[in-house]
Amino acid sequence: MKKIFLIIITYILSFNQLNALIEIDITRGNLDPLPIAVSPLHIDIKSEKYKDIKIEELGSNISSIIEKNFKGTGLFNPLKKEAFVQKPDIAHLKPRFEDWRLIKAQALVTGKILVKNEKLKVEFRLWDLTAAKEMTALAFTTTPSNWRRVAHIISDKIYERLTGEEGYFDTRIIYVAESGPKDQRVKKLAIMDQDGSNTKYLTLGNELVLTPRFNPTNQMVTYLSYFRNMPRVYLLDIETGTQEVVGNFPGMTFAPRFSPDGKKIIMSFAEDGNSDIYTMDLENRIVERITNHSSIDTSPSFSPDGKYIAFNSDRSGLQQIYVMRSDGSDVRRVTFGKGIYGTPVWSPRGDLIAFTKVRKGRFYIGVMRTDGSGERLLTENYYQEAPSWSPNGRVLVFYRETKAGSKGEGFSATLWSIDITGYNERKLSTKTDASDPSWSSLLSK
Amino acid sequence: MIVLTALSLPFMLREPIDLPPIVSVELIQISDKTNIPFAPKARKIIEETKKKEDRVVSEQAPPAAKAKEKPDRIPLPDEKKEKKQIVKKKQNPEEVKPEIRQSSEFEKKEIIDTNQIAALIDKAKEEEAVKKEKNEKLTQSSVKNSFATGLTLSEEDALRAQIFGCWSVPLGLPYDENLLVRIKLQLKKDGTIMKSEILDHQRMNRPGQKFYKVLAESALRAVRLCQPLKVPPTGYEKWKNIQLNFNPAEMLKG
Repeated sequence: MKKIFLIIITYILSFNQLNALIEIDITRGNLDPLPIAVSPLHIDIKSEKYKDIKIEELGSNISSIIEKNFKGTGLFNPLKKEAFVQKPDIAHLKPRFEDWRLIKAQALVTGKILVKNEKLKVEFRLWDLTAAKEMTALAFTTTPSNWRRVAHIISDKIYERLTGEEGYFDTRIIYVAESGPKDQRVKKLAIMDQDGSNTKYLTLGNELVLTPRFNPTNQMVTYLSYFRNMPRVYLLDIETGTQEVVGNFPGMTFAPRFSPDGKKIIMSFAEDGNSDIYTMDLENRIVERITNHSSIDTSPSFSPDGKYIAFNSDRSGLQQIYVMRSDGSDVRRVTFGKGIYGTPVWSPRGDLIAFTKVRKGRFYIGVMRTDGSGERLLTENYYQEAPSWSPNGRVLVFYRETKAGSKGEGFSATLWSIDITGYNERKLSTKTDASDPSWSSLLSK
Repeated sequence: MIVLTALSLPFMLREPIDLPPIVSVELIQISDKTNIPFAPKARKIIEETKKKEDRVVSEQAPPAAKAKEKPDRIPLPDEKKEKKQIVKKKQNPEEVKPEIRQSSEFEKKEIIDTNQIAALIDKAKEEEAVKKEKNEKLTQSSVKNSFATGLTLSEEDALRAQIFGCWSVPLGLPYDENLLVRIKLQLKKDGTIMKSEILDHQRMNRPGQKFYKVLAESALRAVRLCQPLKVPPTGYEKWKNIQLNFNPAEMLKG
């Protein structure tokens, strides 16, 4: 009886093993850029002419901007159009997936343009070529002169669909445009699209300007300029062009930034060689002192939830980064590394703080967790500083200066971007030398 | 006898999934008693995992990565510690030998002191717990499959390496979320996919889980891109149903 029982058990076990599902753990993949085909957008034959815009070129112009945006991320590899296997109009109706797969594309963007009654209608579709299905499809209507923004918005939608995080293409960068010899620099406030187009100057260059920062709605800018030879924090309305000095401080104010809700400006105020951090409410103009210490406290930056402030201070001897509650309580030093730390900027995601570090005469841009742990230095150079986050918290823009000769020759100031992984360092194209960049939030949000 | 075996068939088909825990316990007992027959196998596993890791590192690291490493670059302190711990775990089977010998020597001696006995019991318990943990960690997937008699380790490795190459891991994934995507596949004899199913597909539409949809889609893309999968020429019944567990968490941290 026992034997029979044993045989049965053995049989059961062996049979069960045969039916067990094989499981394989896949913990590695490749980080190669995703091959994507961006087909030129098809122009509807019913399209009408509109002012000086060349409608017939609009389709390929929009697809070129999308391609350039994708290439700049380092995450996508836009394929060459010469290899494309289907006409844009037919591909937009339904792509022959197997043909597109032959050129190793994994995703395809198609679209159609119609200009009618002085309106531009752009629709696009994103196709998953391996799954042979549509991933997303959207249409936008605007004035034809806005076609570049439409290209950026489409780029954002595709980026979001393929990476799972928000894009950063429909954004602007405000910076200080510089010209002239090193000892007589003319500095103007300038604003441009993130891809370097549409540059506009907001000030004339009569006064020195520094550290411009956007408010959350991208309508206002706070920056440092000179008023009666005294550095003061200013507020500028981009739409109307009106400027005003922030607050009635009896001394120098500098390093301004908006609070995450845009209702306050946080800045440093220096008096008798000591500087502390203050906020000013823009509605009721009430000024509040946040730090009260004999050391130099400056470069304040709010956390995205507005509960904390990161700043740098030399209260421990060397300049280091500190974090405190927004009312000034619970001040904690977060950097303890060798060298000096400055310009802390809280990530829009809230998980990291970007900073500039100076050690042994070299400048580094780095990121760390908000408690100071996990410091990663992303890039090193002769002189670079002032990191500013892309709205999705994935990319930093900063500026770099080259070493000048004894007569100032060879000097240049340029804008650069780098991914928070430390890859994909790129120079941004600007019309003049540039410094102190600040990235806006998404315009279409 | 025949009736009994016939009766056992439907019973088995109803609940076929309970076996893996039983199997893993058996493995531990075997390695405790004698490590001779299983040591080469264990060594093979280690060597293969090491090889695999080497291969993957070289595949993964883009040429720019080394150029970007700077003398002043500060590694994460946590990372350093973790790496050391992992290395220790890998050497586990070789470390087990002296421990087993030591305990058997104690057993031979006459121990009168009860405190010593108590201490010994505690120690034995600790050792067993550590061994269990190590064993489970070391060959988690291998244990599952070798006893499931589905694929050999080299067959499994070939398939895994094939999918590594096809999977473009989306960046921008949160590193503090559960990133496991389980895909169940039904395969044809030539390794092409008859049916694919994301096991936690309802998670794709939950608020705040947009990244999961992107991740699951990337895993599906990888499988489709890879087909026909590198499957053995024989034993179709054993591997016609297969589950792939995609998890890029380690990769993103590293």
